[in-house]
Amino acid sequence: MSNNLIVSSSCHIHKEDSVSKIMWAVVISLIPSAVAAVIIFGLPALKTILIAVAAALVTEAFIQKITKKKISVSDGSAFLTGLLLAYNLPAQVPFWLPIVGSFFAIAIGKQVFGGLGQNIFNPALAGRAFLIASWPKYMTSFTAPLSCDAITSATPLTLLKETKIIPDITYLGLFLGKRGGCLGEVCILALLIGAAFLFFKKYISWHIPVTFIGINGLFVYIFGPNGFFTGDWVFHTLSGGIILGAFFMATDYVTSPLTRKGQIIFGLGCGVITAVIRLWGGYPEGVSYAILMMNGATPIIDRYTKSRVYGKFA
Amino acid sequence: MVRLEEHKHSTEDKPIEILAAPAKVYIHLAQHIGKPCAPLVKVGEEVLLGQGIGSVEAHVWAPVHSSVSGKVSAIIDWPHPVSGRGKVVVIENNGLDKLFPQLATRNPQPENLSADQIREIVRDAGIVGMGGASFPTHVKLKPSKPVDTLIINGAECEPYLTGDYRLMIEKTDEILKGIGLVERALGVKKVYIAIEDNKPAAIKIFQDRVQVLKSQYPQGGEKQLIKNVLKKEVPSGKLPFDIGVVVQNVGTVFAIYEAVYLGKPLYERIVTVTGSCLANPKNLLVRIGTPIKELINYCAPLKEEPAKIIIGGPMMGIAQYTDEVPVIKSTTAVLLMSAQEAKAREEIFCIRCGECVRHCPSGLMPCMINLASEKELWPQAKQYGALDCIECGCCSYVCPANRRLVQSIRRAKIECI
Repeated sequence: MSNNLIVSSSCHIHKEDSVSKIMWAVVISLIPSAVAAVIIFGLPALKTILIAVAAALVTEAFIQKITKKKISVSDGSAFLTGLLLAYNLPAQVPFWLPIVGSFFAIAIGKQVFGGLGQNIFNPALAGRAFLIASWPKYMTSFTAPLSCDAITSATPLTLLKETKIIPDITYLGLFLGKRGGCLGEVCILALLIGAAFLFFKKYISWHIPVTFIGINGLFVYIFGPNGFFTGDWVFHTLSGGIILGAFFMATDYVTSPLTRKGQIIFGLGCGVITAVIRLWGGYPEGVSYAILMMNGATPIIDRYTKSRVYGKFA
Repeated sequence: MVRLEEHKHSTEDKPIEILAAPAKVYIHLAQHIGKPCAPLVKVGEEVLLGQGIGSVEAHVWAPVHSSVSGKVSAIIDWPHPVSGRGKVVVIENNGLDKLFPQLATRNPQPENLSADQIREIVRDAGIVGMGGASFPTHVKLKPSKPVDTLIINGAECEPYLTGDYRLMIEKTDEILKGIGLVERALGVKKVYIAIEDNKPAAIKIFQDRVQVLKSQYPQGGEKQLIKNVLKKEVPSGKLPFDIGVVVQNVGTVFAIYEAVYLGKPLYERIVTVTGSCLANPKNLLVRIGTPIKELINYCAPLKEEPAKIIIGGPMMGIAQYTDEVPVIKSTTAVLLMSAQEAKAREEIFCIRCGECVRHCPSGLMPCMINLASEKELWPQAKQYGALDCIECGCCSYVCPANRRLVQSIRRAKIECI
């Protein structure tokens, strides 16, 4: 018999799962939304998506090359960051905007911390925050849905903020995405199809999205425009980026808490901050800032929500 | 806890076969937790089957017996399946299996033995925990606090292993008699036979005495078993008898039966020889001290050259560097893995998915202990409960980043103590 037996510490078998499998599964789950974006906003949406993804991949490879790390663009994580960044942009933006955004997301949002797994903030949201702060005009000029000729239109939440009146759009219209907004956030139906796929694969759990959306809905319902318990929580859930944020961005493993207990606190925090910004803040939309703030709180949440060790009683 | 692919089908329906004693046995003097034995025999001495050949003065110990009759040809250093190397007594088998005379004359009436007498027989027979832990059984039969519950561990939760299952089916009456002896030695009132739901035949045999458990790993871990059978936990740092419980493996109970009823010391055991490299995987009754290459040859031909040989199951078993290593009392299985199965996966940085946290049966956060261990921050590792780790390997199994979680926690445990 061979004298070259492999000796290693147990365990000797491994589950058929890997980081890249998970990342590509999330990418797949976002495809329905891309299709919806192209239907709703036309080819400019596709152009923005492709540029953002390409820029993210190039940036990741370039930084890994100059820092002499293994080039790991095939793991899907940079692809996913580029894709999510594009989903947070209006469909019709100058071609350089997604390039700058993806570069910031990957270079500053992720690689300066050491790469995959080590960043504190969601890279795509870091990129979006940078773009909003730097080029607010481009970031808030939204293409009108199904217009094809680049008429700009305000988002329902912006209209609400400015006029204090719920815009005249049916819930069904909102659900299908017939509204102005970021290209990946508008079609709730497409997002929920993707989210269902991730639930089915057990790559995400209910803890963050349900608490996030639930507490936000509860908050806007309680503090309604005509006194307590008069808010239109369905409108608030279907408009803005809360569905995209709650299912696909707040659930990012790297930047959310480890334990289920921690994830519930994280989700509640996201929902409350979103509602506070929407109701009383200066911005019409608060999802991305809410997630970024809770990303920052994740280490401390982790510290106070450790799992209970077998045989140790509180 | 995790659900694993069981891989039991290749041997679960194969009756136990007797492997003929080899020409030479290599009997280790350290086959139990505790102080290793010193040899009682000299090179050139004739020994008989079942004769004590190793003993030591200690509280936690178990004697070692010859598994053949023949001549001691050497006492040397030899590969050990657990510790890497250890001292063995090499005996050349004369093929006569001449029984040590004192054995046949013992225990005319096993039903009338006192608790102390049972313990004494168990100690003299060299019985240790046969599920792999190899803790001396006579010590476990004399807990320092009163106990009221006995759990018989028939979970056999490791993939591939079928020895306990075959034993339960083929030696049911003997096991029941063995359970009676343990009950008497401990003076317990409640007895549970814990079996996983993937073994319906065994569940049927023991009928109403069975506590059926979900088949998930590590269901047969002592603390997990207690939690799932009795719905209570052993406090951290304590032992099962602190909450009035003793757990015994079915293999151990069968050995107790043989020792008390037949006067037979522990010189043979059941070993599952399995893996995708083998054409004829089997359950074998093997003399202690038989080199594992004899077991592999018996199950020949090889379909493929094994790249990894594991003694025990794939989750907690130990990879061997040679097939010269002999069977000891705690050898549950010999598992041959192909190059494809044994291929190491590339380790990348933790993405904090939390899978290890959710699957840890001890409620630990393996990813955090791993980070502490890699940076050699031992106080932090301890704070995260490294010492409560039972090393089941669930964390490493599920980790999508292929991090060496349990491996690094093992190191932390050594450094923390």
